[in-house]
Amino acid sequence: MPLVKQGRITTDLFVHVADGAELPGDGAILIPAARFLEDPEGLLKRAGKVGVIWPNNRDLDDLVPYLGRLDAVALMFPSFRDGRAYSQARLLRERHGFDGELRATGQVLRDQFVFMLRAGFDTFEVKKDSDAEAFASTAKSYSVFYQPTGDGRLTALHRRMQLRHSESAGQ
Amino acid sequence: MYAYDELDRTLINERVSEFRDQVKRRLSGELTEDEFKMLRLQNGVYLQLHAYMFRVAIPYGTLSSKQLRALARVGRRYDRGYGHFTTRQNIQFNWIKLAELPDALADLAEVGIHAMQTSGNNMRNVTSDQWAGVAPGEVEDPRIWSEILRQHTTLHPEFSFLPRKFKIAITASEHDRAAIKVHDIGLRLYKNAEGETGFEVLVGGGLGRTPFIGKTIKPFVHGRDILSYVEAILRVYNQYGRRDNIYKARIKILVHELGIEKFAREVDEEWRQMGDVGLTLDHSVIEEVRSRFSYPAYEKLPHMPDELKQAAHDPLFERWRRNSVFPHKVQGYSIVTISLKPVGAPPGDATSDQMDAVADLADRYSFGEIRVGHEQNLCLPHVAKRDLPQLWKALDRIGLATPNVNLVTDIIACPGLDYCSLANARSIPIAQELTRRFANHDTAELIGRLHINISGCINACGHHHVGHIGILGVEKNGEEFYQITIGGRADEGAQMGTLIGPAIPYAEVADVIEDIVEAYLALRDRPEELFVDAVKRLGVEPFKERVYATR
Repeated sequence: MPLVKQGRITTDLFVHVADGAELPGDGAILIPAARFLEDPEGLLKRAGKVGVIWPNNRDLDDLVPYLGRLDAVALMFPSFRDGRAYSQARLLRERHGFDGELRATGQVLRDQFVFMLRAGFDTFEVKKDSDAEAFASTAKSYSVFYQPTGDGRLTALHRRMQLRHSESAGQ
Repeated sequence: MYAYDELDRTLINERVSEFRDQVKRRLSGELTEDEFKMLRLQNGVYLQLHAYMFRVAIPYGTLSSKQLRALARVGRRYDRGYGHFTTRQNIQFNWIKLAELPDALADLAEVGIHAMQTSGNNMRNVTSDQWAGVAPGEVEDPRIWSEILRQHTTLHPEFSFLPRKFKIAITASEHDRAAIKVHDIGLRLYKNAEGETGFEVLVGGGLGRTPFIGKTIKPFVHGRDILSYVEAILRVYNQYGRRDNIYKARIKILVHELGIEKFAREVDEEWRQMGDVGLTLDHSVIEEVRSRFSYPAYEKLPHMPDELKQAAHDPLFERWRRNSVFPHKVQGYSIVTISLKPVGAPPGDATSDQMDAVADLADRYSFGEIRVGHEQNLCLPHVAKRDLPQLWKALDRIGLATPNVNLVTDIIACPGLDYCSLANARSIPIAQELTRRFANHDTAELIGRLHINISGCINACGHHHVGHIGILGVEKNGEEFYQITIGGRADEGAQMGTLIGPAIPYAEVADVIEDIVEAYLALRDRPEELFVDAVKRLGVEPFKERVYATR
């Protein structure tokens, strides 16, 4: 499964560690939420990077205390019909100020890229090679946005107001 | 009319390109049908019994003549020369070919129409009063707010994959013509004691297999805060709405399971934590949107022009005027409803030729503007009274002057088993038969206001729960049966109808409705007592007795 990070297909440095599997001595790991919460302090002392895979039906409150020390959070799309992780992503970025890697995992197709980017994801475990290859062009498929989100893109309303100000200034 | 600017146009063109790519990938096999299903549903494309059905949005029910002509052209070029207006200010085409869909969308994009989010588990077309901006006594034009919400809900990055579909309706009049109480969010615009404009917010209304009347979640939300408050409701719903069972996934179930108080607390808590996230609508922003609505340059005209006085001698004109012409906020003008319910025809259908003709009449008599109401009729919102006789003649020539607005033959019906893969029973032939039974306009006028709503299955697209008489198609041992409810209504006094007894077979439905209507005529205490009021006074018993005594 190809990984797209910051717009490019890249090697995944994180290793998914399943429940019960032995932890690698060093190196970056992505660890399931329940296992992380059993011993968060111990895991955060590791030499390698630590990321948590957070289920989309679990409240973020339990994760928030550790956000500042986490390198990555992976949010889950068990099906691309299930949009709970979009809300979680925006809350992590916009409310809790998480600035580490925010990864989309699960059924991730090209048709979600723009929504995901706007919600704050920067890393994508893409299901199909063809979709991963189309990332850059897909990400540019929209140039107009109606809603303000934490990604900082100007909304249509902002652009109109700016236009209006520059027009009235020119009069 | 709202005028699209370059940004609005760019966005819908970008959406057309994206959809064209999705269709291409489906046709090449790169996308599975399961993957494509979700994508086409985000753009109003259903697979029906015989073909793909394509649903196009008419935001808050406003169309320009140019847009109506474009819809006529789509009907002619890509379909079978007609379209079907729905109960949510959409139009459906029933025979579209998948490979041609992107071209149809591109044609519509040229006139600023789209099919974004007309199906799928997202925020659907924002609907409003078809008399918005012209109804006497309105607080202000609700379309300004509808347009703000249209933009905000279009391709929303957080709420495009909700547990289930989500519908918002807005009214700004005392009398609710937008059925806000049976929407996921209903917004009633009013001015509070301080003279500030804001909304009563209702949540959790809806029909379908578990019908609920919406409950007030907040009696007043200031206009400037309406986007953030709606966003808070949606965020709570997106996270906690059920996804394990499609039939329990609407927000009405979440509101019901939590109770409105607890749900309201959750929303308030989210709203409080949200803080300022750029959603506050300051005065200049609202005015920016308002400035892109254009209004007709009305003339100063007499209340009772000579043309109208003369035409009053023609009883056929007078009957149509009494029935289909309504007061306008500007003296000398009227609102004209165009019935799409001629005797013997499917409710809400219009041919491409009729659409073109209505567009021409709108140019001539209504400042180029047409409205679409949830009762599946059209409306010309600004007709000078002096033009009414001419307009009537022109409508009559194209078969659109049936004087049955709000009467027993002004039936709301879903497409039913004739088209829909979900249906258990036919709706259209029932409606057609009823229009024949009550074809005598004098009788219909004598009966007075009476709304019959027909759904071909429990999903309730024909709004049977809120019909004064509701007819619901069910299947029993492979045969079509119908449950009859009475006493429902969809307006400010919205309530669900009451079942009168066991379901009846297809062949007996029209007889039963005739029995109910006859019982009403015998039981009403005066001619002004409407059917729905008589049911309220008497209960269902006398009607039930009449229907089942001999069956």
